[in-house]
Amino acid sequence: MSGPRILRCHVGVGPVAEGEALVTDDNFSARYDLDRLQGIFSRPQHKLHGQSYVGKVLVVNTAKGGVASAWMLHEMAARGMAPVAILFNRFNPILAQGAALADLAICDRFADGDITRLIETGEQVKVEPAVGLVTVG
Amino acid sequence: MRLTDIEEAMARGEHGAPRQWAIQHMQQVGRAFDAADLVEVHQAHIMADTESLGEAGVAFLERLGQAPAADRRVRVPTITDPRGIDFAHYRKLGQTDAMANLERRAIDAFEALGVLMTDTCINYQTIMPPLPGEHQAYGDTGVVIYSNSVLGARSNFEGGPSALAAALTGRTPRYGLHLDENRRGTHRFVVRTRPRDLAEWGALGALVGRAAGSYWAVPVIEGIDGPPDSDALKHMGAAMASFGSIPLFNLVGITPEAPTLDAVCDPASLPVREIDAAELKSFFGEYGAPGEKVDVVVFAAPQLSLIEMQQVADLLDGRRIHEGTALLVATSPGVAADADRMRLTERIEASGALVLRGMCFYQSYAREMAEANGWRRLLTNSAKLVNILGGYGYAPSLMSMSDCVDAAVAGRTP
Repeated sequence: MSGPRILRCHVGVGPVAEGEALVTDDNFSARYDLDRLQGIFSRPQHKLHGQSYVGKVLVVNTAKGGVASAWMLHEMAARGMAPVAILFNRFNPILAQGAALADLAICDRFADGDITRLIETGEQVKVEPAVGLVTVG
Repeated sequence: MRLTDIEEAMARGEHGAPRQWAIQHMQQVGRAFDAADLVEVHQAHIMADTESLGEAGVAFLERLGQAPAADRRVRVPTITDPRGIDFAHYRKLGQTDAMANLERRAIDAFEALGVLMTDTCINYQTIMPPLPGEHQAYGDTGVVIYSNSVLGARSNFEGGPSALAAALTGRTPRYGLHLDENRRGTHRFVVRTRPRDLAEWGALGALVGRAAGSYWAVPVIEGIDGPPDSDALKHMGAAMASFGSIPLFNLVGITPEAPTLDAVCDPASLPVREIDAAELKSFFGEYGAPGEKVDVVVFAAPQLSLIEMQQVADLLDGRRIHEGTALLVATSPGVAADADRMRLTERIEASGALVLRGMCFYQSYAREMAEANGWRRLLTNSAKLVNILGGYGYAPSLMSMSDCVDAAVAGRTP
């Protein structure tokens, strides 16, 4: 594809953020899926098992698991061990609440459909939650 | 998002810095979910174990706790979810003094805010169950799904920061489960078997949760012939929320918003998914080879009711846990006090098991405990716990409470 692609989504939470995409059609829970000290996916069944999410624009399907992610995003960000942004097809309240405390960019509900198929791992992504805009490439 | 005069005053900082933070937090969350305004709540329930909080989260609470008393006290009754440490037992579990110190700091900060340290995820059984239609700000997905589904309350999943914001203001953004339109059934299930014990109720919840699979799904379940008890629905709901991020289910003819199928969904528009005994059985999957060494057996997630504490005591009477295996039983401090008085704790601990107060195992540095104790092979009757612990480096298996106790005594899987 040539030139940057513009993807529109619902107004999200958090500041403008930029980084390299890490994409999966799997889901996300900070408690269930991550080794937060090492900054990698640790649940054996997760499709990103063993991969580092630190500094990435993580692109996933939906939010899973419990309420702990709300504190955990803040704790991860404070240590510099968080993704710079997370894009979902649909997030849940916990991820929105956690992103608000952590000052982490998150967005969901993309106009063009399944976000996990609209971005590829390794692409450069800019996320603007306040206006619901994601620029790829 | 529309604010009332008092909410505007809070947003301007006229009620102190903690409430100003709280309103601003809720404005960000409310915007993401198109909330029109805030809704008043009667209680807040805060999940804030120190494993999740970390140093950063505890420091955040301490900053709130240093505000003047008039600015920092919560505005509605506010209670806590299980904590990471039982101060009486943490060294035995391989937890560290650093973890205990962090826990003490978090408790001091919460007490400065006027929070009641109930340390429980079964407040709907033990503290003050909500009424139908009562708006709440509950943390812990198990608390939310039970309160919404079985008791007809209205709460979203409120993570620690948002439950705290609700506590400080007495309000939460009006979106999700606070609105009628999000409580209609979206997925139909017909169950062709009746679970026989808590592990099977949990397995049923897990299957429904996995199939429905999102916070915005509301499963409607037919085929359960007559009400199960509160502990059964506690395990079913906790597993459904854990596997599917589900905040509300309906059991037709049993739970209050579903007197009939038609009352809660448009049946003709929804495909039906059947769950039978074979699928339930297959969920239990492989336990590993018979005779395999068991490192730790855990009864928790959710914490045990007084009734479950008696069941564990009855199963353990006159028996001794294998020296190579630990058996942990997690309950609320309130239930534990009753269990002490009724000598259930004594009967359980005479076997070599430990009763943990105010913990729920997975919120308690499970990875560090595994490393410190060499624990890997774990048995439990909690489907929720099986789901969580894989990521923490355990090899967990689901079986009945009775089989779990037998395995703890033998030191090996049956």
